[in-house]
Amino acid sequence: MSTISREEVAHLARLARLEVTDDELDAFAGQLDVILQSMKTLAEVDTDGVQPTSHAVPLVNVFREDQPQPSLPRDAVLAGGPDTAEDRFRVPRILDEEA
Amino acid sequence: MSRIIDKTAAELAADIREGRLTSVEVTTAFLDRIAAVDGTVKAFLHVDRDGALATAAEVDAAVAAGEELGPLAGVPVAIKDVVVTKGLPTTAASKILEGWIPPYDATIVERIKAAKLPILGKTNMDEFAMGSSTEYSAYFKTLNPWDTGRIPGGSGGGSAAAVAAKMAPLAIGTDTGGSIRQPGAVTGTFGAKPTYGGNSRYGLIAFSSSLDTPGPVSRNALDGALLHEVISGHDPRDSTSIDAPVPPVVEAARLGATGDLSGVKLGVVKEFKEGADAAEPGVIAAYEAGIEQLVELGAEIVEVSCPSFTYALPTYYLIAPSEASSNLARYDGVRYGLRAGDDGKKSLEEVMSLTREAGFGPEVKRRIILGTYALSAGYVDAFYGKAQKVRTLIKQDFERAFEQVDALISPTTPFIAFEFGARTGDPYQMYLADLYTIPTNMYGGPGVSVPVGLSEGMPVGLQVMGPVLGDDITYRVAAALESTQDVLLADTAPEIEGI
Repeated sequence: MSTISREEVAHLARLARLEVTDDELDAFAGQLDVILQSMKTLAEVDTDGVQPTSHAVPLVNVFREDQPQPSLPRDAVLAGGPDTAEDRFRVPRILDEEA
Repeated sequence: MSRIIDKTAAELAADIREGRLTSVEVTTAFLDRIAAVDGTVKAFLHVDRDGALATAAEVDAAVAAGEELGPLAGVPVAIKDVVVTKGLPTTAASKILEGWIPPYDATIVERIKAAKLPILGKTNMDEFAMGSSTEYSAYFKTLNPWDTGRIPGGSGGGSAAAVAAKMAPLAIGTDTGGSIRQPGAVTGTFGAKPTYGGNSRYGLIAFSSSLDTPGPVSRNALDGALLHEVISGHDPRDSTSIDAPVPPVVEAARLGATGDLSGVKLGVVKEFKEGADAAEPGVIAAYEAGIEQLVELGAEIVEVSCPSFTYALPTYYLIAPSEASSNLARYDGVRYGLRAGDDGKKSLEEVMSLTREAGFGPEVKRRIILGTYALSAGYVDAFYGKAQKVRTLIKQDFERAFEQVDALISPTTPFIAFEFGARTGDPYQMYLADLYTIPTNMYGGPGVSVPVGLSEGMPVGLQVMGPVLGDDITYRVAAALESTQDVLLADTAPEIEGI
């Protein structure tokens, strides 16, 4: 039995904001199934009482002095954007209603 | 007669410092080599001839003025395209960043510039460093200089191929699950994944933040160590950067080159041997011949057990895609790169989805979906949480092993460079390339790959894994192994076909 359905992949793609095609859905569902089957082996491992590792090197609370530092020039940053206006990034409409 | 491009980085640096060669001559030789062979190999996404020669001219002026210069001043370097370079296109080999010109330098690039290494250009890779063959580059695949029908490894296949084809004496790679070491192994070059936190990630385009580590690519351990020291050290702009002295890797490489490993204990992982059916017989044979040479140099071989290594691959493919799905959320078509479908009518969300659909390739999409799955409500404990706990067990296996031995050794990758297309149909078959390299990333320690021999005429790498901040021992063992080779394996690559 497959671990992940085509519908689930479509749902996940929507959550991740990926407008995947039907062909991709077919391919990904099969491929992800193979990958997820291999991950099931982890269930064999006894991890009772084991603390999770989120980072290789345990560093906590790394602070720096709260001193103002120069930022990147505004124009240099805006130059990378696909659409800008009035010193800002321009975005498509956010609200559903007509402006 | 030895050509400029045949010399090691250490030799070139000495020639420049002592006035036998100028940096402009050296840099020009490599740029000319790129012009001659990169049409075939395709290691570079972008070549910066003018920028490289400008830095070279500065070095020559400094030499003429009698100024004190760093150990690699004037020696050119290539940089993997996942590292941001101010004013030079940086795409991570993705269409979603096509045309983006970063407004800042990564910390490691700042350090390379401060040390006056001319930057030759940006090297090809699997998109966002996800892959083992460069077949997932959105632009083109890079060919293996040893056999142009075969992959150069990945994700850093461009950096490895550039060094193997002598288009660059040095290159920068990044390693999340093996992306420096596996390309090194299959192209007959040296590659080091330093201790996590030893090198700054500031300015690395993030894939899996708890694993990504930049490091050197070169033809031998000493050259790698020299570049390692240029880029290493604490960086306040990376909160995971370790504030500790840089391990003495150059000194260790020089010590190793004397060919004496007496008193050094090397561990062979029992579980890797048991899983040896995954490795090709030719790889095992070259690796075992390497072990014999290490014993002749005085090393003691001890078998150690690391039972959790068996689970490293599935653990990695839960943790890395989870972190990637979060990191790659920033490609939303607003602040940089591509925007697709913005016709003035579609909503922000629709444009975002169309942009990401158009801008990401198949492997990146697969991993984003996989990571979204592993992090979604109802699954997060069973998948991501479980993987983090197994990661702890892998780390404990390493820590226990290093109570018994100074370093661990293994083949770098289970198979020699495979032919194009051989593993793209089944992603899991591609993932197996990193079977032996992934445990080190889970743990955070250093690992290097050094050429050990040939199988079917193709290079095989031996991996040396060390304890956290014990990068020096990995360089020492690698350099010692090189000392047994009459000619450096990297120098025995056949001339590239078709040029």
